Amino acid sequence: MTPEERAVFEKRRRGRNIAIMTVLIGLAVLFYFVGMARLLRG
Amino acid sequence: MSDTAMEPGQGGAAPLPASYDMSEVGDWIALLKPRVMSLVVFSGLVGMLVAPGAGAMHPVLAATAILCIAVASGAAGAINMWYDRDIDAVMRRTAKRPIPDGRIAPGAALGFGITLAVASVTVMWMATNVAAAVVLALSIAFYVFVYTMWLKRRTPQNIVIGGAAGAFPPVIGWAAVTGDVTMVPLILFAIIFFWTPPHFWSLALWAHDDYARAGVPMLPVTNGAKETRRQIVIYAALLLPIGLLPWAVGFAGPAYAAVAAVLGGGFLLRAIFVLRDQQDEDGRSLTRDAPARACFRFSLYYLFILFAALAVDRLVLGS
Repeated sequence: MTPEERAVFEKRRRGRNIAIMTVLIGLAVLFYFVGMARLLRG
Repeated sequence: MSDTAMEPGQGGAAPLPASYDMSEVGDWIALLKPRVMSLVVFSGLVGMLVAPGAGAMHPVLAATAILCIAVASGAAGAINMWYDRDIDAVMRRTAKRPIPDGRIAPGAALGFGITLAVASVTVMWMATNVAAAVVLALSIAFYVFVYTMWLKRRTPQNIVIGGAAGAFPPVIGWAAVTGDVTMVPLILFAIIFFWTPPHFWSLALWAHDDYARAGVPMLPVTNGAKETRRQIVIYAALLLPIGLLPWAVGFAGPAYAAVAAVLGGGFLLRAIFVLRDQQDEDGRSLTRDAPARACFRFSLYYLFILFAALAVDRLVLGS
């Protein structure tokens, strides 16, 4: 892998990691609020 | 995208990349068929809004249910793209999708679709009730197994029966609120079910060559354009009274009935224009299928306005 190819690969991997992190944080927030809403509803 | 500064040469570890590339994320989103998703979400939302007791539902749970419907639709779309990657590659309309274009590996797309399908059903169950989760799972299974894997490549009735998959969202929305499935959501199901064939056959008339090249037995390919035009009129005519059913059973008021009658009449008129398009002896259009394109566009407005009218009739006018 040339340095240029490696740079492109790493940029894409970083983008993917940020997307996955965003989704995981979103899921954690979603579960929290769904849990709270169900608790409040009794 | 922003650049991320890095400290070079620290501890001999490989340097961090200077920036990030989110174009791949766009490809994953494309797997979810966002344009299909928008109509699915809207019909699911209306099913939820018009259900008795919708006002008492916690907004977070309601939003979560809509999110689950959207994600389930995307999951089914991703699995469909995985299965249909061979025919997508030979159709001009779909050749640039992420899998046939080589931007996403088929196995990764399948895993993505299955993960989202399982997650959407699980979260729906957690946020609402088992009935909504079961209907959601059924809709995914129907789209993947019945439409995509069984019917699509075998019969020109593929989108007639397979159209049921797209008719589930208002039933899911209703079930998320009430926990059951009664006559009204089934009427909403029937409206989308009978709307689907003239909608897709209008598209198939001008995308005929694509489907023929891919060997997909759409009605214009197997039975010709003339028969397709006739079938479009038949289904548009059937849709007119079915669109009035919410009013006929006393669920909606006269304002909805007026909108449904005008829209249904307009759709039927568009279908008749398709039937009377200038054609050669095989029924192929001599006008670049202008009436079929207009009918396809009108069908999108039809469903959007009809469901919006039902929501307004119930929520604003209080029918």
